[in-house]
Amino acid sequence: MTAKINISINGFPVKIEKGKTILEAAKEEGITIPTLCYHKDLCVAGNCRVCVVEVAGQQRLSAACATPCDEGMEILTNSLKVRNSRKHIIELLLAEHNADCTKCYRNGNCELQELASEYKIMTQDFIELVPLKTYSIDMYSPSIIKDDSKCIRCQRCVRTCAELQGVNALTVAHKGNEMKITTFFEKHMRDVVCTNCGQCVNHCPTGALVEKNYIEEVWEAIANPNKHVVVQTAPAVRVGLGEELGLEPGTRVTGKMVAALKRLGFDSVLDTDFTADLTIVEEGTELLTRLKRALVDKDETVSLPMATSCSPGWIKYIEHMFPEYLDNLSTCKSPQQMFGALAKTYYAKARNIEPDKIVSVSIMPCTAKKFEAFRPEMHDSGYRDVDYVLTTRELAILIKQAGLDFDKIEPVKYDRLMGDSTGAGVIFGATGGVMEAALRTAYEIVTGREVPFKNLNIEPVRGMEGVREATIKIENPVKEWAFLDGVELKCAVAHGLVNAKKVMEAIKSGKANYHFIEFMACPGGCLGGGGQPIPTNAEIRQRRAEAIYAEDRDLPIRKSHENPEVIKLYKDFLIEPLGAKSHHLLHTKYTKRNRY
Amino acid sequence: MSNSHQLKRVDFIFRNENDWKKVLSSTLKRKPAELINELISSELKGRGGAGFPTGLKWKLTSEEKSEEKYIICNADEGEPGTFKDREILSKVPCKVLTAMAVCGHVIGAKKGFIYLRGEYKYLEPELKKAIDEFEYYCKEIDFDFSISIFMGSGAYICGEETALLESMEGRRGEPRNKPPFPSQHGYLGKPTVVNNVETLVHAFTIFKYGAKKFYDLGVQYSRGTKLFSVSGDTPKPGIYELELGMSLQDFVYEFGDGDTKAVQVGGASGFLVPRKKFKDAAIGFKGKLTGISLPTGGSMMLFNSSRSMFNVLDNYLEFFSEESCGQCTPCRVGCQQLLLGIKAVKRGDKPAAYLDKLMRLTETMQLTAKCGLGQSVANSFSSIVENFREEMIY
Repeated sequence: MTAKINISINGFPVKIEKGKTILEAAKEEGITIPTLCYHKDLCVAGNCRVCVVEVAGQQRLSAACATPCDEGMEILTNSLKVRNSRKHIIELLLAEHNADCTKCYRNGNCELQELASEYKIMTQDFIELVPLKTYSIDMYSPSIIKDDSKCIRCQRCVRTCAELQGVNALTVAHKGNEMKITTFFEKHMRDVVCTNCGQCVNHCPTGALVEKNYIEEVWEAIANPNKHVVVQTAPAVRVGLGEELGLEPGTRVTGKMVAALKRLGFDSVLDTDFTADLTIVEEGTELLTRLKRALVDKDETVSLPMATSCSPGWIKYIEHMFPEYLDNLSTCKSPQQMFGALAKTYYAKARNIEPDKIVSVSIMPCTAKKFEAFRPEMHDSGYRDVDYVLTTRELAILIKQAGLDFDKIEPVKYDRLMGDSTGAGVIFGATGGVMEAALRTAYEIVTGREVPFKNLNIEPVRGMEGVREATIKIENPVKEWAFLDGVELKCAVAHGLVNAKKVMEAIKSGKANYHFIEFMACPGGCLGGGGQPIPTNAEIRQRRAEAIYAEDRDLPIRKSHENPEVIKLYKDFLIEPLGAKSHHLLHTKYTKRNRY
Repeated sequence: MSNSHQLKRVDFIFRNENDWKKVLSSTLKRKPAELINELISSELKGRGGAGFPTGLKWKLTSEEKSEEKYIICNADEGEPGTFKDREILSKVPCKVLTAMAVCGHVIGAKKGFIYLRGEYKYLEPELKKAIDEFEYYCKEIDFDFSISIFMGSGAYICGEETALLESMEGRRGEPRNKPPFPSQHGYLGKPTVVNNVETLVHAFTIFKYGAKKFYDLGVQYSRGTKLFSVSGDTPKPGIYELELGMSLQDFVYEFGDGDTKAVQVGGASGFLVPRKKFKDAAIGFKGKLTGISLPTGGSMMLFNSSRSMFNVLDNYLEFFSEESCGQCTPCRVGCQQLLLGIKAVKRGDKPAAYLDKLMRLTETMQLTAKCGLGQSVANSFSSIVENFREEMIY
């Protein structure tokens, strides 16, 4: 129990835990102090000054986010002095901000706009700075648009890129009136180490950083009678979408989402979970093959540990930062890209549709997926495998534009052929999920028995710890895998690139000795992805994770290799895991990239 | 007029008896608590401009429990119109080094740094020589203390002590949130004393002659002497050591050109005093019972009637607009608004009453800016606009 101290807020005595900031103390008392540069995921900057409060005996106002409470402190959060100053600061920010709100992508979900509305800033007395400076909008990245004229210099993106991701693609440059958030040598976002993870977009309070949206392109495809539009939805979207449509974080909306997609006019609504299951079968087999080559064939060219390859942010990160380890990546494409390659081959054939008539759309919790779909190697179907990638947020926009009342929509099931999902596919959306799904399958292939965990829940790989480790001992394997008898399979899970970096550095220095590692670029895994609803923070990620594991729990089949449509796919089309067709359609290669 | 105009010139700082070795070895024999008391009773206050009691700063840092502590000499002399630290470091560097070593002895630091302004790069070779000689002597008397020079890169904001620490740690020079203060959480997170060059020289004087000699100079609340950098419309620009507490009137008699219209005390972040208020203004820290007290880092800029106060203010604001680190809203945007605002009023694009809106803005800046830079822009702005409003408009 932490010691309590006595303070007063707006004249009312309050007891609070020692060490709390004024902002936290006020929150506990039901008083919201406005903030802009503050974000629960990030360190305290104290630079926007919107949260200033009056502390008795102090000449100046204090930033509530950065000031710890002291015994006897008397705090005023809404005195005239505070109000006037706060209003001034909001006016200053507006003078510097391109307040072209009606034309802004974040119109309606902008923290500065909300503050301006709350404080009823009705006039602009200060001189507008935007017309006096030259701004160019960086829209060359397939994932992220950066518009400095809307930047309020809160540095949330900079702290995100540094603290959560360890990438430092965005940084502060220059000072005073020229201070701005920019990239190395002010290059375009597409030309720097940016991983397109979109965490900066998710943490930006305004419209300075937004995803590149493909909403109109998708509407056009839907409206085109000559096109057959298939859509896939990633695991994490079903536990995030609700938030954009007024539901509580952690609400599961799978069936409603499928129904909504059908009403939007998609010709076929399918599930990325299906290819997540497929990924497990391919990747699990790949892992076992690598182990066999290393342990039995004593092949020294085999790269271990094997690292997962589902997260395109992670992929671009390792291509820039640890290119010497590209051979350690699983050659499996991500579920999105496996789906894309199959949509224009397997699906086209089965449905008897010309592949060039198919438009393949994916709904992802991710902005890096937009970049991934753009990669030149992602054309194995003979066409661009995935045509358009929309984020969870963009899907919500489609639903709102179509005027659908999400509350009233009756849930329905995914379409057939590539719409079956197992619990193992769903948990891809949470950090540790790919690992858990892979272990459920690989262990069973090797031993013929289910993983030795209650209800198949591999708890050691679950949770929100940045890096987690688990060891599974293989005992009494089936004959084919007898060489693995007694082997302790060492696994690790890392999410958030700053944690990925730690694991990679441990590998590089020879300190880590893993067989298999799951890497996810975003904190919490895909459920905390850069394309998920804003805001996202630790508490919200936790709620979404609970929803993901509840989905898993409630599904009748919870192991990827038992997915009936995956079994059918192998029988009818692929023949066998890592076979020639798989190799052509489902596997890829990686590109070494420079740091600058 | 009056015949009382006598400035008390003193010569402590540059009087070089080259006895620093003796002062150092004898002072190091004294107990830290005794030295802190000596400093506290001298009432020496920081000479960088903010005026924090030096003895208290050393005391607070000495009380922190830490294996590592640091003493940093702030030689990032960037305030427009200030050029005293440069002179100290080139003429009597060993006095500064001695005081740093004594501080190390008092607070428990074995390492000192001199944060040298980027533009003072040319001082570095001579200063290095002095440090070598100094460190050699420390070894001789078996005192474990070393000093390094850290070169600044030319940002004004790095004179702010926490921005200075950020800069030393290899990051952008941006002020930190306070608390914690450097005395608790300074360089590399360790308890750190950051003292201005001149403060350290005064500490030397105090250790050499005793607190009383220092305390007897100056006036109540503003004890001792101060180095003044005199510039502008004056027949004798230069550096002068004067007792604190003098009236501005006396100062102008001595240094003015007979046509002094106003004096900017304390550089761009200080106050402008118009002729009619010279009599009431005294140079020293707050607490004097009557008149205006003007704390200062020592910059005294004199303006005669040929100067446009609009141009003076315009120049200061341009300086602040560029030299704000840019992190906090009131300072980054506020400075630009003040600059553009006075220009707009001058052009007639904004009504004269807009100056009042800007005055209220400076109040907000003073109340809410993260560090001393943004907080002090109000000083020159309000004192110039209040006293020379018509020059802003017509």
